[in-house]
Amino acid sequence: MHPAFSVLIFTVTSGAGYGLFALMVLAQLAGLNALQDSTLLLSGGVLALLMITIGLLSSTLHLANPKNAWRSFARFRTSWLSREAVFAVLFYPVALLYLFGIYVQGSELSALYSACGVVAAMLAMVTLFCTSMIYASLKTIRQWCTALTPLNYLSMGLMSGALCLATLQALLQDGLSPALRSAGLGLIALGAVAKLIYLFWIGKPAGATIKTATGFTQASVRLLDAGHSAGTFLTNEFGYTVAANKLLRLRFAMVALAFVVPFLLLLQGHAVATLLAALLALAGLLVERWLFFAEARHVVRLYHGDQRT
Amino acid sequence: MKLGLVVDLDTCVGCHGCATACKQWNTSGTIGPLSDKDPYGRDPSGTWLNRVRTYEVGDTPNSKTVHMPMSCMHCEDAACVTVCPTGASYKRKEDGIVLVDQDKCMGCNLCSWACPYGARELDPQEGTMKKCTLCVDRIYDEKLPEAERQPACVLTCPTSSRVFGDFDDPNSEVSRLTRERSGQQLMPELGYNPVNTYLPPRNKKVVESYQFKPSLGATVKQWVNKVITR
Repeated sequence: MHPAFSVLIFTVTSGAGYGLFALMVLAQLAGLNALQDSTLLLSGGVLALLMITIGLLSSTLHLANPKNAWRSFARFRTSWLSREAVFAVLFYPVALLYLFGIYVQGSELSALYSACGVVAAMLAMVTLFCTSMIYASLKTIRQWCTALTPLNYLSMGLMSGALCLATLQALLQDGLSPALRSAGLGLIALGAVAKLIYLFWIGKPAGATIKTATGFTQASVRLLDAGHSAGTFLTNEFGYTVAANKLLRLRFAMVALAFVVPFLLLLQGHAVATLLAALLALAGLLVERWLFFAEARHVVRLYHGDQRT
Repeated sequence: MKLGLVVDLDTCVGCHGCATACKQWNTSGTIGPLSDKDPYGRDPSGTWLNRVRTYEVGDTPNSKTVHMPMSCMHCEDAACVTVCPTGASYKRKEDGIVLVDQDKCMGCNLCSWACPYGARELDPQEGTMKKCTLCVDRIYDEKLPEAERQPACVLTCPTSSRVFGDFDDPNSEVSRLTRERSGQQLMPELGYNPVNTYLPPRNKKVVESYQFKPSLGATVKQWVNKVITR
């Protein structure tokens, strides 16, 4: 699949924003000491909303006809993209109400504002889940059509969100809170395990072949002529191919940038190290998202000569 | 009604006439125009609703060249319609034709990702998704003579490899052909239940291929040629 840069930016930044917001609210309501600070909560909330908004605006850039984007709320009953749009919009008023509560009452919130916080955290996770289901619901791409896709999106969102939260906390207060540090370390480990399982899983041959695609299941089938002398929409969108050694190098870069180096930096625990960990993890997740697209092989490729997906 | 096409892989000669006639009719039809980018330049590309690909099936000498024209299969479980967020893609209840409302499409490409047959192509100039309409603006046009109320690709096919009809009617030609010649769906394992069927090539008598057996003299001459270099 062709990796559209606007979609990579969208899924990474909005994922981190939703993860940051959900973790921050839950940690505050659970009574974590470091988070009973309205300056930290307000700046965290603003950062999360900023990242989510940048992500959502970026997502409209890949639309060929954005003037109809408002129509995307129409098919809530069947389309995951529509559900994502609806939940993303519902999130804003509830999240803003919670932040207003923090602004007015500080960290000692009344029941109404606390409820807003819980609902906003849930909406954040549901939106992230809907984003992942856009990909996981496509039977045409076996590398995406798996429960590992939502697991990946949720764990990566929470992981990058936890690193952003830890950075803010370490910068605004003196030193990183041990609870946030262990949460960050745990979520990085979870994200790394989820990603490694995914990489092993997509390595196994499975799915449709050129034989079932053409109906000639008893004989070998080879493409003689694709019928066009230049690229088409289909070859541009689905024919994206990267050399195997480049993919391997990028996989190593992704694991190092997104998981290993942030883990080591977070172990160190200094505020600047935490900031560096968060930035490197976001860069690593951009590589991760790029690979998620580049390694996905749509079944239309079978008609263009691929033997299997 | 369940309208669709039968494609005869035995007789298709791969002339691309269907694709061209389709483009000619539909560029000025209900979903038109089907725009082209740089059509006479170095790297031309354009929106087509039909694509013809050619495959070699089997191994030499028992191989066969098969031309496979593909357009929208008007699937019974059309995932392209399910994933569409705007409601632009829809499947008509009365005849099962899958269409895109050009006024509602926002060009997000998700339906083309959901389609396993490559039937949907984004028109970059219009910013909307284009796909086969089964010539919905022809087949119901009562101003046309009845014999011409068929999709453009079917009318133009010089070998009559494409047949249009109602798969719900067991006596229609498409149902009969599918039944008698074991018409099959492409990639049925994905479960989209495509309506269009493809008739596999008929089994033909095996033609004895000529076996080249050099005479003794020629073999000796070959050896000598190998040994002596000029």
